[in-house]
Amino acid sequence: MNLLGGLVHRPRQPAATNPGDILLTATDLVVELGGRRILDEVSLTVRAGEVIALVGPNGAGKSTLLGALAGDLVPGRGQVLLADRPIGGWTPVERAMRRAVLPQSVALSFPFTCAEVIAMGRTPWSGTSQTDQDEAVVRQAVTDCQVADFAGRAFNTLSGGERARVALAKTLAQQADLLLLDEPTAALDIRHQELVLRIAREQAAAGKGVVVVLHDLELAGAYAHRVAVLDRSRVVAEGPAAEVFTADLLSAVYQHEVEVFPHPRTGVPMVIPRRD
Amino acid sequence: MATTVSSSQTAVTTAPATVRRMRASVLLPILTIALIVACLFAAGIGQVPTSPGEVIGSILWQLGFDRLPTAFSLPADPQGYYTLWSVRFPRVLMAVLVGMALGCAGALMQGVFGNPLAEPGVIGVSSGAAVGAFTVIVFGISTLGNWTIAAAAFVGGLVTTLFVYALSRSRGRSEVVTLILTGIAVNALTGAVIGFFTFISDDSALRDIAFWNLGSLSGSSWATIWVVLPCLLVGLAVAMGSAGKLDLLALGETPARHLGVDVERLRIKLIVVVALLVASGVAFTGVIAFVGLVVPHLIRMIAGPGHRLLVPASAIGSALVLVLADLIARTIVPSQELPLGVLTALVGGPFFFYLLLRTRSRAGGWG
Repeated sequence: MNLLGGLVHRPRQPAATNPGDILLTATDLVVELGGRRILDEVSLTVRAGEVIALVGPNGAGKSTLLGALAGDLVPGRGQVLLADRPIGGWTPVERAMRRAVLPQSVALSFPFTCAEVIAMGRTPWSGTSQTDQDEAVVRQAVTDCQVADFAGRAFNTLSGGERARVALAKTLAQQADLLLLDEPTAALDIRHQELVLRIAREQAAAGKGVVVVLHDLELAGAYAHRVAVLDRSRVVAEGPAAEVFTADLLSAVYQHEVEVFPHPRTGVPMVIPRRD
Repeated sequence: MATTVSSSQTAVTTAPATVRRMRASVLLPILTIALIVACLFAAGIGQVPTSPGEVIGSILWQLGFDRLPTAFSLPADPQGYYTLWSVRFPRVLMAVLVGMALGCAGALMQGVFGNPLAEPGVIGVSSGAAVGAFTVIVFGISTLGNWTIAAAAFVGGLVTTLFVYALSRSRGRSEVVTLILTGIAVNALTGAVIGFFTFISDDSALRDIAFWNLGSLSGSSWATIWVVLPCLLVGLAVAMGSAGKLDLLALGETPARHLGVDVERLRIKLIVVVALLVASGVAFTGVIAFVGLVVPHLIRMIAGPGHRLLVPASAIGSALVLVLADLIARTIVPSQELPLGVLTALVGGPFFFYLLLRTRSRAGGWG
C-alpha cells in the first residue's frame, strides 16, 4: 500500500492468471430462503480455461448457486473465495474486475442504445490504465456476439434474442476472469445458441473461467468441460459429461425416463426423453 | 463472414447514436446561451422597463467599471438601477437557482427510482418539504435565522423521499402504479397536515401558506439567494459525480452491482441530495410542480438518457423554463401576478398525461 492508500482507495487490480489456476472455490454453501433449503452443502471449484455447465431440473437451485458464486446473496453457511479472498472482502468494483454476470433477462428503465449498454461493461475499469482499450474491447465484443447491425438501436426495441446477445457482449466487455452466465441460450435460436456457447469456449481457451446454467443437456454435453448436475439443492454428480450423463442418473434427477447414447460421429452424449 | 463483419462495423456508428451525439455536443452551449439571453431580457421587463444594454451596463457598473462601453449604459429611468439590483436581479437569479435545483432533482429522482415518471411534485416530496416549512412558519420558529425554513423543508423532504422510496419499490425497481399511488397517499396526508395548519394559523401565516402552495418567486431577495446557492452547488456537485453510476442503475439493481456500483450507498447519497435540492428549491418559493418532470424528458428525447449530459442539461434547461415562466407569470396580467406554480402545472399537467399514456402503450400495461 502506498502513502495515498489511506486517503484514496484504489481498487486492487486482478493478477494475471494461467490456465488451470483456481479462480473461484465455493465450499459447503448452504442457502435458506423462507425456511426452505435452496442450496444444501454445495461445493464447486472453477479454474481458468474451463467451461462448467450447471444443469438440473427447474427449482434445483442452479440460479441460486450462480447468485451465490456472483456474491449477490450471502450464504447462511459455507464460503465463496474469489481469487483467494472471501468474495465479500472485495469492494464492488474489485469484484466487478474479477467476475462478470449475465442475468437471465435484462430490462432498461431508460432508452439507452445497445452500444451504450455494451460500453457500460467497461465501467469497473474507469480510472485505470485499461481504459485505453475500452474502444477496442467493445468493438471486439460487438463482433464476437454479432450485434453490430443493431448496435445503434435502443436496447428496449430489440427482440429477446437480440437483447440476450447484447447483454452477453456487455458481459464480455467487462473482461473479468470469471464469467457467470445464467441461461444465456434460453431466448435464442439454434444458430445463436451455438454462437453463444462457442464464445464461452473461446473465452475459456483465452484463459477465462466460465460457469453457465443450461437447460439443454446436449449443449452442456457438447460444450462444457465439466458438468455439475443439481438435484433438490445438492450437486449429485460432477465431471465430464461423457462420464456424468448416464441414463440412470438423469432419469432419476429429471423424474422422467431418458436415454443416453453417444453421437455416431462425435461421440458426444445425446440425451433423449424416452417416448414410446 | 468477413464481409458481414466489415459492413456491420460501420453500422455501429449510424443513427440514431450519431445524431444523439451531435445534438449532445451542442445542447449545453445552446441552453447556456439561451439562459443568459433570457435572464437579460427577463431582468429588463417590468414596471420600470430597462433595455438589455442597460441591464448589462448596471452589472458592469456594480462590478466597478467606471467607463461603460458605448453599447451599454446605466438605466435612463432614475429608479432603474435600484429596481434592477433590489428586485429584478434577485428574482431572476432565484428563478435560475430554483429551476436548476428542481430540474436536477427531477433527473436524479428518475434515475434513482428507475422510473421516468418520478418527480418531486408528483410523488409528494415537494409537499413533504412544504409541510416542514409550514411547521416552522406557523409556529414562528426561527432558531436558525434565514436557514430555518430551508432546514425544515430539507427534513420534511428527506423523510418523505425515504418514505416514498421504501413504499414503492419491489425487486429493484419502482413500478409506475405503485409510485403514483404512493404519491397520491403522500399528497393526501400532507394536504391534511397543511389544511390543519391553515385552520390553526393567524392571518399573516395564512398569507405565507397560500403563497407557498401556489409557488411564487416574489419573495426573492439576496438573503434567500445566499441560502439556496450553497445547497444547490453541493447538490449539483454530488449529482455530477454520480451521473455515470446512474446510467448503470438503469440496468436494474443487481446488474448495476455486478458492474461494481455500491448500490445502497449511491441510493442513499442521491436521496439525500434530492431532498436537499428540492428543499432549496421550495424553501422560499413554494411548490412549483412539473418542472423536474417535463425538462428531463425533453432532454432525453433530444440527446438520449445518459446522465452525464442529462443532469447538467436538465438543470440549465429547467432554469431557462423557470426564468421564462416567471416572466410570463408577472407580466401576462398587467400590474398583477399569476402564481408561478399555477402556470407550470397548467403546462406540466397535460404533459404528464401524455407521458402516462405513452408509458402505458410502451410497457404494455401499468407495470
